[in-house]
Amino acid sequence: MNITLIYWLIPSLIMFCCGVYGFITRKNMIAMLISLELMLNAVDINFVLFNRYLFPGQMEGMFFTLFAIAIAAAETALAIAIIINIFRSIKTVDVQGIDKMKF
Amino acid sequence: MDITIPALILCLPLFMFLLLGIAGCKMSHKLAGWLGCLGMGTCLVLSYFTAFTYYFDPQFVAENGERIQHTVFNLTWLQFTDNLTINLGFLLDPISALMLVVITTISFMVHLYSLGYMEGEKGFQRYYAFLSLFSFSMLGLVVATNIFQMYIFWELVGASSYLLIGFYYTKHSAVSASKKAFIVTRFADLGFLIGILVLSYYTKTFDFIKMTSDPSWVLASTEGATFMGASVLTWALVLIFTGGMGKSAMMPLHIWLPDAMEGPTPVSALIHAATMVVAGVYLVARMFPVYMMEGAATMFIVVVGAATAFYAAMVACTQVDIKRVLAFSTISQIAFMMVSLGVASLGNGEVSHHGLGYMASMFHMFTHAMFKALLFLGAGALIHAVHSNDYTAMGGLRKYMPITHWTFLIGCLAIAGIPPFSGFFSKDEILSACYAWSPYIGMWMSMVAALTAFYMFRLYFLIFWWNNPDYGHHKPHEAPLPMAIPLVVLAAVSCVAGFIPFGHFVTWDRMPYDIHLDWTIAGTSIVVAVCAIALAWKMYCKENGLPAKFKNALPALWDWCYHRFYWDELYMFITHKIIFNGICRPIAWFDRHIIDGTMDAFATVTNKASYAIRGLQSGQVQMYVWVYLIGALLLAGFGVLCLIM
Amino acid sequence: MESVGSIILYVIVALAMVTFSVLAVTTRKILRAATYLLFTLFAAAALYFMLGYEFLGAVQIAVYAGGIVVLFVFSILLTSKPGDNSEKLASKSKTLGLVAALAMFCTAGYAMVARFMNFVTLPEHADPDMNLIGETLMGTAQGQYLLPFEAISVLLLACIIGGVVIARKH
Repeated sequence: MNITLIYWLIPSLIMFCCGVYGFITRKNMIAMLISLELMLNAVDINFVLFNRYLFPGQMEGMFFTLFAIAIAAAETALAIAIIINIFRSIKTVDVQGIDKMKF
Repeated sequence: MDITIPALILCLPLFMFLLLGIAGCKMSHKLAGWLGCLGMGTCLVLSYFTAFTYYFDPQFVAENGERIQHTVFNLTWLQFTDNLTINLGFLLDPISALMLVVITTISFMVHLYSLGYMEGEKGFQRYYAFLSLFSFSMLGLVVATNIFQMYIFWELVGASSYLLIGFYYTKHSAVSASKKAFIVTRFADLGFLIGILVLSYYTKTFDFIKMTSDPSWVLASTEGATFMGASVLTWALVLIFTGGMGKSAMMPLHIWLPDAMEGPTPVSALIHAATMVVAGVYLVARMFPVYMMEGAATMFIVVVGAATAFYAAMVACTQVDIKRVLAFSTISQIAFMMVSLGVASLGNGEVSHHGLGYMASMFHMFTHAMFKALLFLGAGALIHAVHSNDYTAMGGLRKYMPITHWTFLIGCLAIAGIPPFSGFFSKDEILSACYAWSPYIGMWMSMVAALTAFYMFRLYFLIFWWNNPDYGHHKPHEAPLPMAIPLVVLAAVSCVAGFIPFGHFVTWDRMPYDIHLDWTIAGTSIVVAVCAIALAWKMYCKENGLPAKFKNALPALWDWCYHRFYWDELYMFITHKIIFNGICRPIAWFDRHIIDGTMDAFATVTNKASYAIRGLQSGQVQMYVWVYLIGALLLAGFGVLCLIM
Repeated sequence: MESVGSIILYVIVALAMVTFSVLAVTTRKILRAATYLLFTLFAAAALYFMLGYEFLGAVQIAVYAGGIVVLFVFSILLTSKPGDNSEKLASKSKTLGLVAALAMFCTAGYAMVARFMNFVTLPEHADPDMNLIGETLMGTAQGQYLLPFEAISVLLLACIIGGVVIARKH
């Protein structure tokens, strides 16, 4: 049996769908952020996979992943700063408690 | 001629307007009034100097005895094409020099008179500012070098007239009178503007000298162009004359002038008797050589003038308000000048009365300005004394107000045409010119002259004789000194102005011309005038039943005259009933319901829709994500489907 | 034909990936969710190693597992008491999530299967060595990444400043 591209793509897709599910259902903002990381990671994996399987001599996919990791780190740090700030002012990290922007 | 003095004549009133208009509210009444008088007095001296220099300095007379038209300065203001420009300048010729004298004299008299008349009024400084503005605009109008400059100042005098009629802006009648004057004259000015544009389109110039020095060239430039059966030149001249009709209150655009009497009386004397209302006559006189080329337009002027003269004289016989009588008298007298100009230009070929009518018209304009201003100022003194405009509140006033009485009598004699007062000479020239062209028009104008004498003396007797009403302890008092001086000065001028050899100064071709009194015509008109005065004396000298009898004998005629032949009602009917109901209301309905309604519908639908869907903005981020994701997936699904198909 | 060892490795890694992902989003203890995320990230790193991208795998472990997950743990400890359970999910939101996830799965799965079912096998290729990676990252020639690298550095600086501004006490 050969491990072809599709064998890796399916787990990565499941990972992404888990991220979607978690992002929509979880109330805790940190849990939502974790789901977000899952989705990002799935995308990273796909970049690498396509690079390695379809264009083995090139490095674009790999570098894209590299930069995506860096940006994800920055984004997470910032998001957590915001969440902590929100927690400080309204004493909750429940996303449904933040509805000041509604009509 | 040096540029300084003419420029000062124009700038001084403008400066006084700005000074009094801006800083006036910080000044006391006295200071503002004397400043205004000082400014106008300086202007008066400068204008006299300019006019005397022009008339008597030989450098302004050409070899063949013709007075030259001297352009003192002419600045380009707007340049349309290489040869079509609008200039602002100062043209000195016989009629503009004459008008400089007339305007500054009357204006100065009115400034002086107002010191007494307007004493203690609210807005005294504003009043003087507006007077200065008016003087500036009127001076600019008469010295215009081109027709467009004239138009600009024409509108300015209209605006200042509007401001002064509405001076008592808390009074409803004054406000509506000022609006009426403005709208009616605007309406006429539209014709004027169209006329200017048509004329300048064909002749490629605005310049008066260019147009009038060789009018056959104007005729050639419009050769062959016709519109609705009449030549373009006729149309242009008739339209330009329409502007003059509006300003000079010719029928049927006369309706604003009687109402304009709502303004302060000195203003009526200055604007609505002596200066602004003769602007129409001045315009025709300015374009006289062009009008001479075009019989149809001139015929129109004669017909309008003759009809207006008679109509206004008839109405003046029945009015109660003394200022209204004078207003209709003004309309009638201006119509005299118009007719005179018309018959003068119609007399092609016959040189004898050719220049006569033009000269007579200008002469009458000059003398009329003096005695009509005198009459108005006298009326102002009367109103000042008895606090009413109606002659019913007056009577037997000769004992209380001797100066006013004698000066008013001189004014009446002058306008009635009794020698040796000034009106006799000028009116006689006009009648001569009319007879020379056509005996019918001559007889018609003689009849109007008789009516003039009648209604003026009716007024005179009703005010100063008639009965002796009980004035109580509120005895009428003689006019104070600032008001009496102008009366005396103007009366003196009215006495002697007829002896000025006017033909030497102002003629259409600017060549000297000797006036010959035609004693058959003069004698007849004196006899007619004396008869009319005698009739007035018989009817109105002592309180009696004759006027009432007369009124009952011809009730319909009296009624029509009293109601000014229902012209105002006719206008009311046309504007209110036909235009408002027929045009304005449907348009207003369309605007409110269709146009506004559509816009309102958009707004309402948007509003309602946003209220209906605002629940979607739940503030729940996860809901947004879900919707976004489903939307993106639907798009992707659609794309996939497209790939498969 | 792959060796049995690599197949076993594939099964372990893929299974770990799927299992820990599912667990991370379904567990009701938030700290556990972070832990499962860590395991998922390890699985992804393992995949990178298997594909021969050692550098990337190292970065994944160092930055993601070492940095981000630690951040998560700190913030969880700051915002919730230990032992807290999140409340049970309402069935409505669960349904919505499931619908979205399944729709996503079907659409993307269909696209992948339709496109990549033609058995793309792993081509033989030498792994990129560190020299090459370094030159590519720091070079300015075409296909080299100095400019994005600089941009990322600026971005990180901005993030640091932003984080400080947001999180400091007023």
